[in-house]
Amino acid sequence: MKVKDDQPLRIGFYVCHCGHNIAGVVDCAAVAQYAATLEGVVLSRDYKYMCSSPGQELIREDIRDHNLNRVVVASCSPLLHEHTFRTAVAAGGLNPFLFQMVNIREHDAWVHTDKAAATDKAKALAAAAIRRVARHRPLETTRAPIHPDVLVVGGGISGIHAALTLANAGKKVYLVERDPSIGGHMAQFDKTFPTLDCAACILTPKMSAVRAHKNIVLWTYSEVAKVEGYVGNYTVTVRRKARYVQEELCVGCQECVEACVFKEPKFPDRFNVGLSRRKPIYMPFPQAVPQAVVIDPERCIELKTGKCKKTCLEACADRHAIDFQQKEELVQIHVGSMIVATGYELFDPRRLPHYGYGRYPDVLTTLECERLISSSGPTGGELRLHSGQAPTAVGFVLCAGSRDYKTNRWCSRTCCMHSMKLAQIIRERTGAEVTLFYIDIRAPGKGGEEFYDRALAQGVKFVRGRVAEVSDCPLSPAEQGKLIVRVEDTLAGMVRRIPLDMVVLAVGMEPQANAQEVRRIMNMSCSAEGWFLEKHPKMAPVSTFTDGVFIAGCCQGPKDIPDSIAQAGAAAAEALALIDAGGIDQEPNTAYISEEDCSGCKSCVDLCPYKAIAFDPVKEKASINAALCKGCGVCVAACPSGSIGQNLFEDQEVFEEIEGVLAHA
Amino acid sequence: MAKPKIGFYWCASCGGCEEAVVDLAEDILAVTAAVDIVFWPVAMDYKKADVTSLPDQALTATFINGAIRTSEQEEMARLLRAKSRYLIAFGACAQLGGIPALANEFSREAILSWVYQDAPTVVNPERVRPAVRTDDDGRTLTLPEFRNVVRTLNQVVEVDYYLPGCPPTPKLIKAAVGALLEGKLPPRGTVLAPDVALCEECPRKKTKPQDLHFTAFKRPHLVPLDPELCLLAQGLVCMGPATRGGCGALCPGANMPCTGCFGPTSRVRDQGAKMLSSLTSAMEAKEVPEVEKVLAGIPDPVGTFYRYGLAGSLLRVNTTAAAAASKEAL
Amino acid sequence: MPENNWQPRIVAFFCSWCTYTAADLAGVSRLKYAPNIRIIRLMCSGRVDPQFVLEALARGADGVLIGGCHPGDCHYAEGNFKTLRRYQMLRRVLGAMGISEERIRLEWISASEGERVRMVINDLVERIRILGPLDLPGRLAACDAELGASAQALRLPQYRQPAADLREVIHG
Repeated sequence: MKVKDDQPLRIGFYVCHCGHNIAGVVDCAAVAQYAATLEGVVLSRDYKYMCSSPGQELIREDIRDHNLNRVVVASCSPLLHEHTFRTAVAAGGLNPFLFQMVNIREHDAWVHTDKAAATDKAKALAAAAIRRVARHRPLETTRAPIHPDVLVVGGGISGIHAALTLANAGKKVYLVERDPSIGGHMAQFDKTFPTLDCAACILTPKMSAVRAHKNIVLWTYSEVAKVEGYVGNYTVTVRRKARYVQEELCVGCQECVEACVFKEPKFPDRFNVGLSRRKPIYMPFPQAVPQAVVIDPERCIELKTGKCKKTCLEACADRHAIDFQQKEELVQIHVGSMIVATGYELFDPRRLPHYGYGRYPDVLTTLECERLISSSGPTGGELRLHSGQAPTAVGFVLCAGSRDYKTNRWCSRTCCMHSMKLAQIIRERTGAEVTLFYIDIRAPGKGGEEFYDRALAQGVKFVRGRVAEVSDCPLSPAEQGKLIVRVEDTLAGMVRRIPLDMVVLAVGMEPQANAQEVRRIMNMSCSAEGWFLEKHPKMAPVSTFTDGVFIAGCCQGPKDIPDSIAQAGAAAAEALALIDAGGIDQEPNTAYISEEDCSGCKSCVDLCPYKAIAFDPVKEKASINAALCKGCGVCVAACPSGSIGQNLFEDQEVFEEIEGVLAHA
Repeated sequence: MAKPKIGFYWCASCGGCEEAVVDLAEDILAVTAAVDIVFWPVAMDYKKADVTSLPDQALTATFINGAIRTSEQEEMARLLRAKSRYLIAFGACAQLGGIPALANEFSREAILSWVYQDAPTVVNPERVRPAVRTDDDGRTLTLPEFRNVVRTLNQVVEVDYYLPGCPPTPKLIKAAVGALLEGKLPPRGTVLAPDVALCEECPRKKTKPQDLHFTAFKRPHLVPLDPELCLLAQGLVCMGPATRGGCGALCPGANMPCTGCFGPTSRVRDQGAKMLSSLTSAMEAKEVPEVEKVLAGIPDPVGTFYRYGLAGSLLRVNTTAAAAASKEAL
Repeated sequence: MPENNWQPRIVAFFCSWCTYTAADLAGVSRLKYAPNIRIIRLMCSGRVDPQFVLEALARGADGVLIGGCHPGDCHYAEGNFKTLRRYQMLRRVLGAMGISEERIRLEWISASEGERVRMVINDLVERIRILGPLDLPGRLAACDAELGASAQALRLPQYRQPAADLREVIHG
């Protein structure tokens, strides 16, 4: 099966048209003709779609019929189809590493308009690969075992669903959540569109299931501090913040909260977005999981000064759940894969001063409005103005901060539906006039359009135009004491002033403020906006560039609950596939030291970030542990006597490429 | 049976290589017993005509030391190539360019004007310079032409073997001559020295730490040196890790860092680039200003990393200086 | 090559994780940039042996671009810092050898910065256009014209030699 080194070269060269993608810019036939003239090439073809089954079959047949011992394919990026063609080469009976790919789509046809120059470039890149492949040697892949445990970061609906899916499949899951309870944004919602079913009714059972599941280790109030290792074998350090309450001893009776020396709740309650107050010791929200209180060290008198009567301790009595001595802990766990589901943040509308948020108390965000109409909210579900009265006219300003070059360019996908949901609930419960100011109504997906129709049928008014300003300066008696929305109604073709009691800003989603930090810890990439980057927007939407790390939910980009859950399921399935495969084939790009060449100068030993290089004090030579080597090649470039090689990236192979790309003028 | 005929010749060199032959001491007697030295202008009275008159390949081997800078050196190299079965580049200058090749950093014009005009010790009000032809009182005097650049021997003629070093050590010379006489020669093009870096045979090897991080580079004449500790560990640029062994680590043994005269191993195309890569990789600094501060400790990077190898390196010549000077000359 | 038809030729070494992926993204986004660049993929910018840069220049490149992950973002922890230091030293060597430091460039481009790939490549191509051809092979050939035709083929040294035989000669 292997090619012997002394066999004369028989290279097969293929250039792919990729329909018009490549052939529209690069003269594929000319590239094939040119390649045929190069040393070692015995067969040169251009073909419409190399990655198609017939394309792959062509390679397999040619290897057999023409006795090829090297294959070069000029098509798209190797990051996309290298594996496809290696598999085809292997199916033809050749070692899959006697293959080289040339990127003439992403790096050529798609980025250039000058056809002659693009064709020349394709020839140069082809020449480089043909020279390079001549140096290739057969290589064997190694298989790394996969630790079956999985870490899920983030306990919103995506993280919860991913954790449950994995746990139900019998895998051990660590679910790490930064807040004192899981639930995420969904726990704050009253109802969910487009079915208007109660969010708590569908979320709470899942939250309880997480708590009860024997395969899930739930760590709330915890953060991932450090990740080391690689796919199949990650060592993760988790920081467990001090809750000052022993979770397993607390029964959630909240007698301590009652007994707290603060008689009245005084501090803004995060769950109700600051619309209500809580005490220093509190339950995050009624359905919180775990059902355990938490003490805010910034507010608790005992923790701040050590001089409190500690009435909470008395209330807790012999349960002894409250523990002022609790310290932050660092815990290390071993997992084989990770799912990142760290969610999103809401756009802060203070960045749009013309909408008056923060200045007018009756300008709210959608989430604040959500809490006001929620029966578990601060008003028990009664929509109330700042003054305590019920509003008679409510307006929704869509795309507040979204689809705007000055703030966030993207569409957050959920705000239209979210606003129409709130509008319908308000119509239903209060009978108030509701007006939606929109640029475009985006109600895609199953039941979306019907949902929009329903809002129309309920008498929700739609005004097309981006709101220019929200003010409280009346120009007529009718505007007295109202908030006035100034908007260009682009359907009526006029500027309108619409007096309202309450204005709700439909703020979009943004990456979490610490997304960059998380990205670094997890070794992922971010899009320019700060969303975590999937490996491929279509073909690998939950994978990342780091093997064994998957993403789910809104940390990857704005999406609604059904999409988040679907993605979480997909991420769990990817992790399961990895675990059940039992191992992962590793690219054989490891470095190696030729013992007879090594002088034992030790220059390389400390350069390796993986401690893969060891110095043998008896032989006085260095050697590389292939199992630890990740193939970066830093030591190869730094070895002063050229005694370190790297499979797939040998000096000679790169030199051939350099010469090759410069050979064709 | 006639003894094999051997020649020695020198080009742009200091004479140290000739000295190295003499350094064979009494062993030279064995050599002279085994061969006929038919050409060795440094030691004995030979003329060019003695070689010209020989048939092609009449000499079994010729050892040429020194780089090639003048037309005369070039002419002799070609002549000896034609007359010898084996042509051996003897020493760093013939193999890699050596110290004379550091002149490739400057243009021919810059060198001539410095040496004959601008250097503070020069008194030359008429701005006289050596010329290829000079008419003096009806007689014509000639000098070899001073070429644009310094070359290695193999940049002028084909070379069969290389004996590295400044100069090659007696041990290597004996081994080479022995192999030649016994006909046990490796493939053409081989450097006749071990293909492992110097550290392998350095007496200080054991004292080198595995986790060396450079925070500064020092120069040997500016710091007191520990006679036993690895010189790199003392912050000196020791070229040992990037240089072929075979000399027995003479310089580190004499408390001086290796300067790289044996050239790179066969696996390396550019000794300077490799040493530079190794040293800087192990530096501590991560920010550009900090990096620059540490690098300032190597004020002459070309003279440090390419002390013997410039002519044979990938860049070879400061072509910008050469081109600018030739334009000026026009 | 006649000077009026001259087009800069730039060899780029991109790390697979960040800059190569960013160049793929530039393609997927259909951004347009100058066709003078030839990208070679390595796993990490730390694999860029300074020999590669010199070899590219010696073989006729007018410029070299090295692309890696941003500091702190290297897929292999610190490979890019090693590249940075090598690059700073290499610039000094090139400067001393009369080659403008502007001909080699190190850029940190993350996987999401397709636009930056376009900008950096276009900018480098423009700068090299202003600097003009480097054409080291041509310049060295011009230097060697004084030798006549005979020595042309021997300019680059011979590389790999069998080590085993040699040891026998030296130590045997």
